[in-house]
Amino acid sequence: MHGRPRKAYKPEEEAASAAKAVKLRSLQNQFMSNHHAKIYTKEAIDLSTKLLEINPEAYTAWNYRKLAVEDTLSREESNPDLVKSILDEELKVVESALRQNFKSYGAWHHRKWVLRKGHSSVGNELRLLDKFQTLDSRNFHAWNYRRFVVELTNRSKEDELKYTEDMISKDFSNYSAWHNRSVLLSSLLAKAEGFMPNEKIPDEYKLVHDAIFTDEDDQSGWFYHLWLLDQTVNVETPLLTSSWPSHGSCINLSGGAGCLKDSSSSKLTTLCSDLGSFPLILYFDQAVGGVSSSTVTVDSELRGNEDLVWEPVSNKNSQVSSVWVAHLKFMSSEPCFPKEYTVKVRIGNSPGIVSSRGCNFSTPYEFVFTAHVHDTVREDSQEVVVSWTDGFDIWDAQSKDLNFLVNLDQQMGLKWRQEAIEEEIELFRALSDSKIGKLTLARLLMAKAMISENGVKGVHYEEILELYNDLMVLDSSHYHYYKDEHSVASLHKVTSSTESLSRHLFRYRDMNNSVCLRLNNLSLSRIASVEKLLFVQMLDLSHNELHSTEGLEAMQLLSCLNLSHNRIRSFSALDSLRHLKQLRVLDVSHNNIGEHSVDTTRYLCSSPLSNSEWTEDEVGRQMTSLVTKYWDAYFVLRDLNLKQLDIAGNMIAGDEFYTLVPQVVPTLVWLNGHRVRS
Amino acid sequence: MTDLPPYPPLDPTTFDLIIVGTGVPSSILAAAASSSGSSSVLHLDPNPFYGSHFASLSLPDLTSFLNSNSLSPPPHPSNTHDFLLSVDLVNRSLYSVEISTFEPDILGQHSRTFSVDLCGPRAVFCADESINLMLKSGSNNYVELKSVDASFVGDSSGELRNVPDSRGAIFKDKGLTLLEKNQLMKFFKLVQTHLASSLTEHDETAVKVSEEDMESPFVEFLSKMRLPPKIKLYNSPSELLFLYQMSLQMIRLLILVCRIILYGIALLDHDQDNKETCGHVLKTKEGIDRLALYITSIGRFSNALGALMYPIYGQGELPQAFCRRAAVKGCIYVLRMPVTSLLLDKASVRLASGQEIFSQKLVLDQCVTVGLESLSPLTDQQKETIRVLVPNEISSKEKIARGICIIRGSVRADISNALVVYPPKSLFPEQLTAVRVLQLGNGLAVCPSDMHVLYFSTVCDNDDQGKAALLSAMSTLIREQVPENLQTDSIVENDTAVTKPVVLWRALYVQELVKGEFGGDISSTSSPDGNLNYNEIVESTVKLYEQLMGSGELFKEETSQENTAEEDDGDDVIED
Repeated sequence: MHGRPRKAYKPEEEAASAAKAVKLRSLQNQFMSNHHAKIYTKEAIDLSTKLLEINPEAYTAWNYRKLAVEDTLSREESNPDLVKSILDEELKVVESALRQNFKSYGAWHHRKWVLRKGHSSVGNELRLLDKFQTLDSRNFHAWNYRRFVVELTNRSKEDELKYTEDMISKDFSNYSAWHNRSVLLSSLLAKAEGFMPNEKIPDEYKLVHDAIFTDEDDQSGWFYHLWLLDQTVNVETPLLTSSWPSHGSCINLSGGAGCLKDSSSSKLTTLCSDLGSFPLILYFDQAVGGVSSSTVTVDSELRGNEDLVWEPVSNKNSQVSSVWVAHLKFMSSEPCFPKEYTVKVRIGNSPGIVSSRGCNFSTPYEFVFTAHVHDTVREDSQEVVVSWTDGFDIWDAQSKDLNFLVNLDQQMGLKWRQEAIEEEIELFRALSDSKIGKLTLARLLMAKAMISENGVKGVHYEEILELYNDLMVLDSSHYHYYKDEHSVASLHKVTSSTESLSRHLFRYRDMNNSVCLRLNNLSLSRIASVEKLLFVQMLDLSHNELHSTEGLEAMQLLSCLNLSHNRIRSFSALDSLRHLKQLRVLDVSHNNIGEHSVDTTRYLCSSPLSNSEWTEDEVGRQMTSLVTKYWDAYFVLRDLNLKQLDIAGNMIAGDEFYTLVPQVVPTLVWLNGHRVRS
Repeated sequence: MTDLPPYPPLDPTTFDLIIVGTGVPSSILAAAASSSGSSSVLHLDPNPFYGSHFASLSLPDLTSFLNSNSLSPPPHPSNTHDFLLSVDLVNRSLYSVEISTFEPDILGQHSRTFSVDLCGPRAVFCADESINLMLKSGSNNYVELKSVDASFVGDSSGELRNVPDSRGAIFKDKGLTLLEKNQLMKFFKLVQTHLASSLTEHDETAVKVSEEDMESPFVEFLSKMRLPPKIKLYNSPSELLFLYQMSLQMIRLLILVCRIILYGIALLDHDQDNKETCGHVLKTKEGIDRLALYITSIGRFSNALGALMYPIYGQGELPQAFCRRAAVKGCIYVLRMPVTSLLLDKASVRLASGQEIFSQKLVLDQCVTVGLESLSPLTDQQKETIRVLVPNEISSKEKIARGICIIRGSVRADISNALVVYPPKSLFPEQLTAVRVLQLGNGLAVCPSDMHVLYFSTVCDNDDQGKAALLSAMSTLIREQVPENLQTDSIVENDTAVTKPVVLWRALYVQELVKGEFGGDISSTSSPDGNLNYNEIVESTVKLYEQLMGSGELFKEETSQENTAEEDDGDDVIED
């Protein structure tokens, strides 16, 4: 069935096929007229049989037969023998059609439809399938149908698992069989009756090793291995990865735009908010829904927080997200006295947090932090330009300081997972000559890093980075994928220990010694490890190769962001910044915004065609043509309360655009380093 | 044989070619020469059966053939030489024989149901040239082949390891480590790409094995293939441990995979690791050719599972099939007709019946030779004519020790027809050459249903060395009949000994190796060699045919006239 070259037709064959086409066309016309006239006589049905015998792909004919069957059934419901004979006839037609072409979607679907009626015996189906699967063991239609029949017949999953094993041992280049095996195992492992992952998954590794090591050029084994790796690293049930504030941490809070003069550097995070509230961030290892004041309880003396509103930090219309945020008020209608408040957060005490795959958050978790609320110091708001070049102090952070900031992951410290990965790494070092071997080794090493306890030695980030460097050279057609993975590994490396992270941490004097993370010049193309960076207030990502700000939305404390000298191609790529309510300073100078007339990321976010709300607001009415032209900039900037924006060095930058910006962002004070006249 | 009624005289008395002996090379020659259409051929054999030293016989016939060919030739009464100058021909002995019967009663009942090969162990690869010749000549119509179920590599412990000879077999093999699987498959692939690239000459990028490598010893090439993958050094103890484990694995690999490739698949005789004792160091080119033969054999015929096949009713069917083909094409056959003397002025013979037959060219069986005493009166030129018949002491240094055992039961309960190879040094440290064992069962119609025939062979320099190796292989696979009074005590024997099959009959014989030679008017054919298949014999036969007939291809016209066999169906050749 595979690898058969197509042969050119000989003239006589061509003539025969032309004659066949004429016949088929007249048959089709007759059939269509029957169909339109809703004629379901025996002759008409036989005509459709004939048509399907010649061309099993005639989908309309299958649907016509469905209508015909329904028609008869509605009249003859009381006669079970007749019903059965009609349906058996249908099965026979499908079978002969499949003989003609057993990759015909219509035929397989029709068969399913007939069987769902429930009047036919399913006993023959597996026998028929065995016949088809011997002819072409990889045919995915047959495998698909097999799953359907197995469900109907209640055949045990264990038997089916054995079947896949038999098929694989006949020919292990059978991706369909491997795939079916992964489907079966997923459900068997989820049931967890006699199928414990810590026993079964190592066995599966052994099986797939035989395939991969015997023929490393065959991809089916590698695919299955990747699935197994995923099963090893990821846990079905959602987990809380990190939070801000983290457990045991202290934060300084102050209202007003101007801020504390005396904030000592020993106090860690100082947050000044003119909104009188601070964000509480929960970061899960996968997208979850159902985070609310009933599933998360917050106990504190801070008043006015009885009904906290939890919002998913993701696309507007999605109700699942891995990042959830609530804003805790510390200056409600009544003024708070300067004082220390203890805040206790409990998650998962009552059920309701559910992953997008339907698994419950089942391990209750609790964390406590202290908030110092300071007097609001009213000063004349200094409108200073935030400079990324000076004003930074090296922060000689002690590891204990950072441990407060960087929340230790709540690890599923399961030994077998670590052992399994360790064994895989040892084995696959031997295959690291090939591209897929290198990639798998890199993935395994990365998996080891992910499930190791923080600070555990022996994670070879250097090796991972080198592997991806090799791959970028060896396999240039997948360069961007390797580049992204390289970036992820680099960021994991930076955040892997207090020592390495503190090398990038600074204090910015002019803004209450805000915590600044400088990750410039790392040739990053993708953002990762954000869960460990939730405390960061200033982020310098300049001189990298970023295409998008995806991932930054979780950094709710971020007030200054430097993205200059990157590869951002449009404002749509900055869409995630709209979630950053504290963001005041944004530098996107020297990017490629506006360079490409056709921006593919446009299709991913809402376009003006589907959204007419902009015509209703003030700016939209006043500057319709500009808004239409710069609609993507408009949609992003509109939601940002920026004071300072640097956008020079982009294609989009120009007088026309500059006239629009202050209209869309009324809070803006500095544009490209110049005070905006107001 | 002498009391048989005398033959009527042959008519005609002149032929283009006379062939004496019906072994495999002679039969191919007869079939090819007859099929060419331009030659009249007379094919003679002193024996009452086809096949000569390649025949399959019943047990009594086998015993008497071995014995009669092991005796020194009786001193021939010197004929008075008449005006046509002639020399007397004598049979030279090829064998030294030892036969032991352990259960004469049982064997007596069945003696005629056996069909035992003289030249065993012998099997053919599906892609062998002998199979090609059969298909080309149409002699495949007279013989059915069945596939040999399995092949094993054995050692002195009695353990039989499957030879993982295909992608699926490597995947399923439980004995190999992952790395061994990887290396073995890589090696197969290299051979396959090499094979593919040698078929399409112009694709220069595909050639993987360098010219230099092709001339190097195969065993060196194999060790080059197993170079450990590039490992980066890290200064942690776990890395060092890993490296250490890797090197241990490599050593294991050296022993196992190498053995499988060299002796289980390439089927070599000599110890390739030891250059001093090795009689023949295989070049990479030859090694790859052997692997290619193995690989192309697998799957050539849809109903043959493995690489090897065996003819139903025994190897003797093969020469007989060619002879039948030759007869169909007009070759004249006379069995039970010894040739007594050679007429020297032409390539003509005097038969035992006394009749003189004339021909241009004469091809004689390897065991026909000239009495040394009749050489002395000849002129130098006459000596040159019969050069190929004079026993050449130096050339036949190497011998083949063969053994046949009739056993009750099977060496592996689940498998009837199997090849077992004992690589050099696997049985005992002094074992210099590989011992091959072929077990065949009732499915091939060679023995009664509850028994198997086991063939053993090894190449050796002298009788004792060869017999020692064979006996050692026999003792690991089978056990001798325990006398009745001792049997009760043997209950405490360990499991493997109990499950070993019992030997009922055994023959051990050492066969001389005689190479065929082209000698102008008078030529000779080769004796059975030490290989498993007929490739070298067919090769020398094809060469001899070209020299005799001055034409290139055997059975050229056959293929153009009739389309003999569809390879993919293969139904003509092999029974299901």
